Amino acid sequence: SVSSSFPFSLLDPMLKRDCFEDILEERRNSSDLKYALRCYAPVLYKGVTPCKANMLKNIVLQSDQLHYVINQVSQESGEAPDIIQEEASVILEEMAHRLQISTVRCFAFALSKAFKTLFQHVCVNEEGIQRLQQAIQEHPVVLLPSHRSYMDFLLMSYILYTYDLALPVIAAGMDFMGMKFVGEMLRMSGAFFIRRSFGGDKLYWAVFSEYVKTMLRNGFAPIEFFLEGTRSRTCKSLTPKLGLLNIVIEPFFKGEVFDVNLVPVSISYERILEESLYARELLGVPKPKESTSGLLKARRILSEDYGSIHVYFGQPVSVRSLAQGKVNRSTYNLFPRHIPRKPMEETQSFVNDTAYRIVRLQEDNMVLKPWVLMASLLLQNLEGLELSVLTEQTVWLRGLALSYAAFLDWPDQAPTAKVVSSSLALHRGLACVSGDRVSLVVGEPLGPVTPEEALFNRAVSVLSCASYRNQVLHVFLRPAMLAVAMLHLSDEVYNCFSFLWDMFSNDFILCPGDTVQDFEEACYLLVKTGAVQMPQQDIVMTDIGQPTLSFFNGLLEPFLQGYQVVCRYLCEEASEGLTEKQYIPAVRSFAVKLILAGNLRCYEVLSSDMQKNALAALLRMDAVRKVKVADQVTLIVNKMAVNSIDDILGKNRMISHINQTPISPSLSLVAVAEDLYRDGLTPSYIR
Amino acid sequence: PSLLLLLTLTKLTNCFLFSPRQEIMKWNGWGYSDSKFLFNKKGQAEFTGKRYRLSGMTLPSLQDWFENTFGASVKHKSPPVLNASVVPPPRLNEAFVENLKATGIPFSNEAEDRVFRAHGHCLHEIFALREGKKFERVPDMVVWPNCHNDVVKIVELACKHNVCLIPYGGGTSVTSALECPPEETRCIVSLDTSQMNRILWLDENNLVAHVEAGIIGQDLERLLNESGYCTGHEPDSMEFSSLGGWVATRASGMKKNVYGNIEDLVIHIKAVTPRGVIEKSCQGPRTSTGPDIHHFILGSEGTLGVVTEVTMKIRPIPEYQKYGSVVFPKFEAGVACLREVAKQRCAPASIRLMDNKQFHFGHALKPQVSSIFTHFVEGLKKFYITKLKGFDPHQLVVATLLFEGDRERVLQHEKQVYDIAATFGGLAAGEDNGQRGYLLTFVIAYLRDLGMDYCVVAESFETSVPWDRVLDLCQNVKERIIRECKERGVQFQPLTSCRVTQTYDSGACIYFYFAFNYRGLADPVHTYEQVEHAAREEILANGGSLSHHHGVGKLRKEWMKDSISNVGVGMLKSVKEYVDPENIFGNRNLL
Repeated sequence: SVSSSFPFSLLDPMLKRDCFEDILEERRNSSDLKYALRCYAPVLYKGVTPCKANMLKNIVLQSDQLHYVINQVSQESGEAPDIIQEEASVILEEMAHRLQISTVRCFAFALSKAFKTLFQHVCVNEEGIQRLQQAIQEHPVVLLPSHRSYMDFLLMSYILYTYDLALPVIAAGMDFMGMKFVGEMLRMSGAFFIRRSFGGDKLYWAVFSEYVKTMLRNGFAPIEFFLEGTRSRTCKSLTPKLGLLNIVIEPFFKGEVFDVNLVPVSISYERILEESLYARELLGVPKPKESTSGLLKARRILSEDYGSIHVYFGQPVSVRSLAQGKVNRSTYNLFPRHIPRKPMEETQSFVNDTAYRIVRLQEDNMVLKPWVLMASLLLQNLEGLELSVLTEQTVWLRGLALSYAAFLDWPDQAPTAKVVSSSLALHRGLACVSGDRVSLVVGEPLGPVTPEEALFNRAVSVLSCASYRNQVLHVFLRPAMLAVAMLHLSDEVYNCFSFLWDMFSNDFILCPGDTVQDFEEACYLLVKTGAVQMPQQDIVMTDIGQPTLSFFNGLLEPFLQGYQVVCRYLCEEASEGLTEKQYIPAVRSFAVKLILAGNLRCYEVLSSDMQKNALAALLRMDAVRKVKVADQVTLIVNKMAVNSIDDILGKNRMISHINQTPISPSLSLVAVAEDLYRDGLTPSYIR
Repeated sequence: PSLLLLLTLTKLTNCFLFSPRQEIMKWNGWGYSDSKFLFNKKGQAEFTGKRYRLSGMTLPSLQDWFENTFGASVKHKSPPVLNASVVPPPRLNEAFVENLKATGIPFSNEAEDRVFRAHGHCLHEIFALREGKKFERVPDMVVWPNCHNDVVKIVELACKHNVCLIPYGGGTSVTSALECPPEETRCIVSLDTSQMNRILWLDENNLVAHVEAGIIGQDLERLLNESGYCTGHEPDSMEFSSLGGWVATRASGMKKNVYGNIEDLVIHIKAVTPRGVIEKSCQGPRTSTGPDIHHFILGSEGTLGVVTEVTMKIRPIPEYQKYGSVVFPKFEAGVACLREVAKQRCAPASIRLMDNKQFHFGHALKPQVSSIFTHFVEGLKKFYITKLKGFDPHQLVVATLLFEGDRERVLQHEKQVYDIAATFGGLAAGEDNGQRGYLLTFVIAYLRDLGMDYCVVAESFETSVPWDRVLDLCQNVKERIIRECKERGVQFQPLTSCRVTQTYDSGACIYFYFAFNYRGLADPVHTYEQVEHAAREEILANGGSLSHHHGVGKLRKEWMKDSISNVGVGMLKSVKEYVDPENIFGNRNLL
């Protein structure tokens, strides 16, 4: 059968997660000062002696790699090499970390205090720490945490300090540098700063990549960066960025190191500090510029309860094992290693693939709280629902999530009612119980409000709530897409699945080329939970499958609607010379109009994240093109194509309001496979 | 001063002329029957025989080194099984035999003669001999041509009767090149060149000698020395390997910095192929006459024909020779120094850099110190290097040097090299350390036999690599070996050691030793082969070549296409197709 022939994590009997240890517990029972001043002597890679920041800079400035580029730039620009060298030195000065143990100790002290006020627990899987310790000694290590909060990298360093592990050097965006004092503090705790964009600047790239590679090759410290590039404002994982990953993997391909260990780290917050900030940002209130005074204002948050943090250090992933049979390292033999070169296609696709796998590993080990399930249910019942119904459905959803191997942190002993009520208590800013009904809280405005303001307030709470639902999406995504495809009543279930897969691949982490595998995974999961049967390789809903399929359908409903609104806008409203800049505000006001007129109930479409992803999908599907005219990027809409995408989505949506008849798609999987083959996909996708 | 460490030995033995070599050589191990390492009743190692500088000496630190390095014990013996292998009966081609008899060229189909020429010195071959395992296929007969014309006759008869010929020189192959293809159904004839061992003429005006290709290295050197000359070609196997073998495998000698590798030394090659005799019409020192046909024969590994006569450059014996050594605090520093020496093109006749493991290995071969004074001096030296200079005994490495030429220039040269070394933190460490380094390479194969007596298997392999990749390659290959051993259930830490053994303008030759204690393994040879395979993959992935001088044989055939491209393989194939369409030279090496 299809479902038994493919490898994926849920079928892996080895999939066993470690237990957590609360590191705050000890902090609550012993002196923070002593802790900050204790002996810190981490084991390093093959016993190297730590390298002073200045020595590191010298190694970089004297490297063949940098010399080559300096000469190249000098020849191109006509400037003397000395001057370029000086420029390189300035860039490095601006970039380099100045890790100092004294600063780290200050942070250790201050963060202990802060964490104890903010959080109930900071839980870490100690087995993961042990694996990391082992990995650090064997090969250069790259730490790849998920990124949902500013807190992430301080937290990471804090944990590594706590466990006496080598402190990482962390790639941070230049925007932190705006905060003079804090920026320097971060620098002294191991951050190095990179400009957000330096597209064509060869010299900058050379300094930057050589700086990172030097640290990696010599194993001076683990390197830490965020694959997602920026904090996820939606709590969904973001499409990984490849630049830094390319840099840290290249030394392996060039034989400069035996192996590189990539360690995915999943940081899950029960409540995110930036919760409503993110929602506002997504709704178009620009992100406040990082400034020290801004951070001080954030002191207000110190008085709130943010629940627990779970940090899961995943199994180190050996680049050597991953690349086995995929990249032929000897193709690097014929080119001098110090001359920068665009990675070969084979390498690029390997790095891309690796990035996706790592993000999926991050997702797999994200700890989900009961509230995440409750938020998913509440969002499907915006009018609110009975507490007893919510409780009952949450229990049902818990079962489903567990059978899909979700990493659910459900209090073992507590009665369900208690779990639900304490979740509601912690998130009282988002949901309230009045009488027997639970509903979303809408921020109370001061004084009279316009309909737009009311709508805006409501959207803030919907988006905040959605950021919790989003945390569970990676668990349900594949079966949910299949459910939508089935309810579409099309006779080509796979084609419909594949369409959705393609459409949503900016919104969710779908590894390139994995369509068939994801489809098989979806089938397997739905069969496993009894929602679907596959007689003679058909896909048929079972008698008991209705609630599951309908829940999944509702789960993706906002995305389907959102994309559809974008399509409608592009077909009906968009003016001829629509620029990329105008696009987001224009879609937003289009959606606001629809909602105010009572024609749309979906608030999530107001999120700039969804709008961007929808546009990216349409661009990918060639329904929209970008044309650069003068300094403006204009969007050229192929209305026919957009219309037909809208049609497919529309059919989905209408059907999704569920008729109760059983579904009997007539298409067999084999036929699907044949179709695919005919359409020119490589046969290797078909097993 | 003696040119060779083993000069004493050549004085004692009456060389190989006209004596079947299996009478004085081991049939299931390396070298002379009378020379071997053993642990005596007192538990001390000694080297038997009288042939070598070490012969008859006890080596007090070898046992400790051996037991500590491999986790082995002299109590766990794995002696060879003494009955000779079961030999499959010969498949003779009667017509060929009849015709051959008529020529008067001697031949044999004795089992002993055939098995002796059925193998080289790969680990799996020696292991099989020791265990008394049956060879799937061995030559069906051995023939001993006496001169070029004999070879012409044999090749003609082989073509006429469709007989497979496998040329056999010194039998020191480590690439499975001598292994008979098991699928070969024709009669296999081993063509032993050992009787073609004369220097035919010597031309002092042009400094060349015309030599029959069957001559063994040490005999060639000895005979030339009698006239005041040498070739200077000294591969580590020169006690046993032949001139024809050097040509057929592109051999390299340790003094190539002065004398050149085999391709630089040959002026003229005469070879017999199924198409006829190939040779050039003149002895011009260099020609522009299309691709050099010598390069079809150099490295052909017996697939195209038999090299019968070679004209070779000779040099007057150098007036003065001096060993030397330099210790460096770390391998990195040593490599940087060798790189600088190569850059300045001032490499002495030989310069090698042994890593820390090999340094200790070499030290384990120190004979018992006779006087308290020497003991004291040794102690002082050690104190100076490790305590006063702060060298970590577990990090330091040693470069061994050999200078040759007239006395004055040698001393000048020596100073130049030591000055360069000093800039990389190198300290001169005396002649004795240098000499011991070279000794190790001559007795290493005997030591492998000792290891095999105590459950340790070992092998060496080599590569060449650009300078900038030397360090990374050494480190990655060692790490790969350690990892592969672990994954394959080897219970003891393997020994992985390397040395930079030759330097060139743009790169270096790296030589690896690899050994492990196989107790607890069901099939140690198979495990060994898997690890060696992985090590070679690692070499290739790190920019190393498939081979610097050992050759390809059958052991490394699978990588030829990747190494020289499809077109390259096609070119070689078409040459083979033209020269030997019936695959008479059917050892199936290379392609």
